[in-house]
Amino acid sequence: MTDRRYPTEPTEGFETPPVSFTDRTGRTITIRPYDGTDSAFETLVEMYEAFDPADRAQGIPPGQEPQIRSWLETILGNNCLNIIAWDGGTAAGHATLVPDGDAYELAIFVLQAYQEAGIGTHLIEALLGHGAANGIEKVWLTVERWNRPAVGLYKKVGFETSNAESFELEMAIRLAAEPVSDDSE
Amino acid sequence: MKVLLGIGGSEDSIQALEKTVDRAESAGDNLTVAILQNPNADRTPDEIESQVREYLTDHTIESSIRHVEGDPGSMLVDIAESEGYEKIVIGGGQRSPMGKIQLGQIAEFVLLNSHTTVTLVR
Repeated sequence: MTDRRYPTEPTEGFETPPVSFTDRTGRTITIRPYDGTDSAFETLVEMYEAFDPADRAQGIPPGQEPQIRSWLETILGNNCLNIIAWDGGTAAGHATLVPDGDAYELAIFVLQAYQEAGIGTHLIEALLGHGAANGIEKVWLTVERWNRPAVGLYKKVGFETSNAESFELEMAIRLAAEPVSDDSE
Repeated sequence: MKVLLGIGGSEDSIQALEKTVDRAESAGDNLTVAILQNPNADRTPDEIESQVREYLTDHTIESSIRHVEGDPGSMLVDIAESEGYEKIVIGGGQRSPMGKIQLGQIAEFVLLNSHTTVTLVR
């Protein structure tokens, strides 16, 4: 894999979860970090079982329950950061940062019934805020080129295209300035 | 069926080797394993060859192994077309830390340029 380019300047000032807001259809949504409980895990399994296969991207989320469970076990693991958008006891959306060397890979999922209500924007901002608060400096993601709404959302929050030479568009954001090395004047 | 398997030594290409050999045994395919020069692979061509030989000894199929120099994607397509292969088989892509499927440059070139049927192994 080629070296990824990150923006020189960090993007800062994202809200950190918990975040509550009213979505465009009047539902009260609360975004909280994943608390590691069995009930939150099972709620996410339900969300992904209900997920429209047409919204899958590069094979995730998987379509069948056993694969959903093993995928969630990986991305909800200790070194990953996860937040969930709750509509009462229902998971409306989920966003995750998975470690990849000195950076993190990002993905975000909003259940179909909750799409186009402004939840994705809050989710990604809260996830980046959560990441920055936990000392994460660099985040990257891939997105299908034809997925204009997603590309627009990522650009709006500060992502820049880092590699346009593959099937998928790769984008990256910097959340903190590069540490100054000791030998600099 | 006359099948051309291209492997460059990445994890998905090794998986493609195993599934293609198994399939060739049950379907009676004639298999050529083309070892490609993949700059992103952690195995050398010789290491790949011994891995291929080891897997082939346990299976009864008509097979041959050859090393392919030069640009891997275009060489694979060219060999398949000029030597009358009926199918190209390649690995189905690597997984990102998140679990997203990522197609490598060899797969991308072969898919977009091959006039021979292509199978991606998952």
